[in-house]
Amino acid sequence: MMQAARASAAARLAEMGLPGRRDEYWRWTDPAAFAQQATPEAAAYRVDKPIFDGMDKLRLVFTDGVFDAAASDDPALAGVEISHLSEAPEWAGVLYGRLEAAGQSPVRRPFAVRNTAEAQAGLMIRVTARAARPVHISYRQSSSTSEAMLHHVVKLEAGAELTLLETGTAGARANLVLEVDVGAGARFHHIRPQGRSLEHRVISAIFARVGAGAVFKSFTLSMNGRLTRNEAVIEIIGDGAVAHIAGAALGDGADGAFHHDDTVFITHGAVGCESRQVFKKVLRHGATGVFQGKILVRPGAQKTDGYQISQALMLDDECQFLAKPELEIHADDVKCSHGSTTGAIDETALFYLRSRGVPREEAVALLVLSFLADAIAEVDDAAIAAEILARLEEWLAGHRG
Amino acid sequence: MLEIKNLHVKLQEEDKAILKGVNLTVGAGQVHAIMGPNGSGKSTLSYVLSGRDGYEVTAGSATLLGQDLLALDPEERAAAGLFLAFQYPVEIPGVGNMVFLRSALNAQRKSRGEPEVAAGEFLKLVREKAKILKIDAEMLKRPVNVGFSGGEKKRNEILQMAVLEPRMCILDETDSGLDVDAMKLVADGVNGLRDAGRSFLVITHYQRLLDHIAPDVVHIMADGRIIRSGGPELALEVEKNGYADILAEVQ
Ligand SMILES: Nc1ncnc2c1ncn2[C@@H]1O[C@H](COP(=O)(O)OP(=O)(O)O)[C@@H](O)[C@H]1O
Ligand SMILES: [Mg+2]
Repeated sequence: MMQAARASAAARLAEMGLPGRRDEYWRWTDPAAFAQQATPEAAAYRVDKPIFDGMDKLRLVFTDGVFDAAASDDPALAGVEISHLSEAPEWAGVLYGRLEAAGQSPVRRPFAVRNTAEAQAGLMIRVTARAARPVHISYRQSSSTSEAMLHHVVKLEAGAELTLLETGTAGARANLVLEVDVGAGARFHHIRPQGRSLEHRVISAIFARVGAGAVFKSFTLSMNGRLTRNEAVIEIIGDGAVAHIAGAALGDGADGAFHHDDTVFITHGAVGCESRQVFKKVLRHGATGVFQGKILVRPGAQKTDGYQISQALMLDDECQFLAKPELEIHADDVKCSHGSTTGAIDETALFYLRSRGVPREEAVALLVLSFLADAIAEVDDAAIAAEILARLEEWLAGHRG
Repeated sequence: MLEIKNLHVKLQEEDKAILKGVNLTVGAGQVHAIMGPNGSGKSTLSYVLSGRDGYEVTAGSATLLGQDLLALDPEERAAAGLFLAFQYPVEIPGVGNMVFLRSALNAQRKSRGEPEVAAGEFLKLVREKAKILKIDAEMLKRPVNVGFSGGEKKRNEILQMAVLEPRMCILDETDSGLDVDAMKLVADGVNGLRDAGRSFLVITHYQRLLDHIAPDVVHIMADGRIIRSGGPELALEVEKNGYADILAEVQ
């Protein structure tokens, strides 16, 4: 099964080819650095205090794109079966590349196709009940020329529940695919603080299918990174399902180039479902943010509640935010809204804080957190949210003035 | 305490003079009230004293306890003991009231070389002060002023004042939009803070607040100047006859 899926992906890739700047969804992000053969160098980033270190979780480590058994926990976990791409069980062989292939229409995503064809490793995670602990995929980079191409598949059976943590820099250049099948009534929480490497380039894609009454929630924190493109293709197929995807990205061009792109496509194909896209970017010193987000409501997907917001906070005049919000609705009884804003720090709020004695830079940091609040609110778990907040505060403290 | 001499202020962006020679001295422990028609420059005076951008001081001076206020950043003025209760308190979504207040208190203490207040001690301090103002724990947990009613916002300003313990408190129309009960709470909060080392400048439209916070001196401001000063009876006169007589008299 697996071999067939990989061979068919290779054939699909040969047919579609890699994208160029002319492709509609690559006009604002240059795909060249992802497409070129040679891995562009990126110095490995030293992590002093890994995030979620104190949490009770099952950790699986990939160093430079290779599974690091010595650094990983025993994969035994109640309610969860974990195996590897190299020894994929039958269920994974059936699913592998399937959600990815379904997500190629109407917009092609060639780097994900390449990933399905060529991924060197990945985890196959089947969740049959409420997972006793979160599963943590921890990426590490040690070589400045490492290439990581990883493909994970997660299948939540009906009523199951999993929190998946995905952290760190996978390689100098990374291509990461996550396929998630959320069965009826299942709940999937994905928390992804991406690596804080200043130089890494990462393209990621999530392909999710959300069943009846199921919940899919994904939150990504991105601080630093020369080039990041996070794609998500979410297909809601069962009535009464909920899909939320959120991101907070912070970039300071003074650290080196920062270009961050979120490209999201949510399809409502069932009745009475809710989707939310909440994307916030904090930009300074020439940083660039891109958001391309679409809500597609198929015929018959009545009572859809679709919401999308993308906002950039510019800390100076040198930055750029490019947004393409799209709605395509083929049902009449739906509620869909989208908004996109670009703004600076609110001077009135800044004065209010300063008038209470909060120094300017500290007040700016508080207002950045205020700006990011709705995105962080998408993290349900209070302990996880507190860790995310602490990382944000640390980053802001290091980027003053 | 506060000494304002011949203060002239114009808007930064346009050639419009707003304060045209304000003179005012508030002694330690005193309560002064400023009344005056809309647009006379009362809020502008409070903003200029606390350091808001957008105004240009073209002449005059303002000192707090001998320190030149106009040379300081807003946060330095706060640390020096100045506090402004805003006419329109600002909402800050996503920042908890407690986080905000603790950042403010500790920043002020730090700049004065005092030790920071620990979380537990701070909580106790705030709860104590909040109780007097009938501010419940739920309100303290919410983001700064978000979803607060008009009266809650004004009480929250007074809570901040009570926690920060400034030397010179300016209240800009803290009574506007308050019902009688809320005004009583605010007045009690202010009266509880009255002290020989603390002074108040109460900007108001109405005599009724001054029934609860008894002023030592009342000033009438019009067209960027203080045109008359007197005792509490001046507020009663305004209440009875409006500003027309006083304005006519001055002209
Ligand atoms: N930032 C500003 N831009 C334009 N006009 C202003 C500004 N601030 C104050 N003014 C003007 O200055 C005058 C005084 O306003 P203000 O100080 O708010 O008066 P008061 O508080 O006594 O009602 C008004 O005419 C007002 O329109
Ligand atoms: Mg006013």
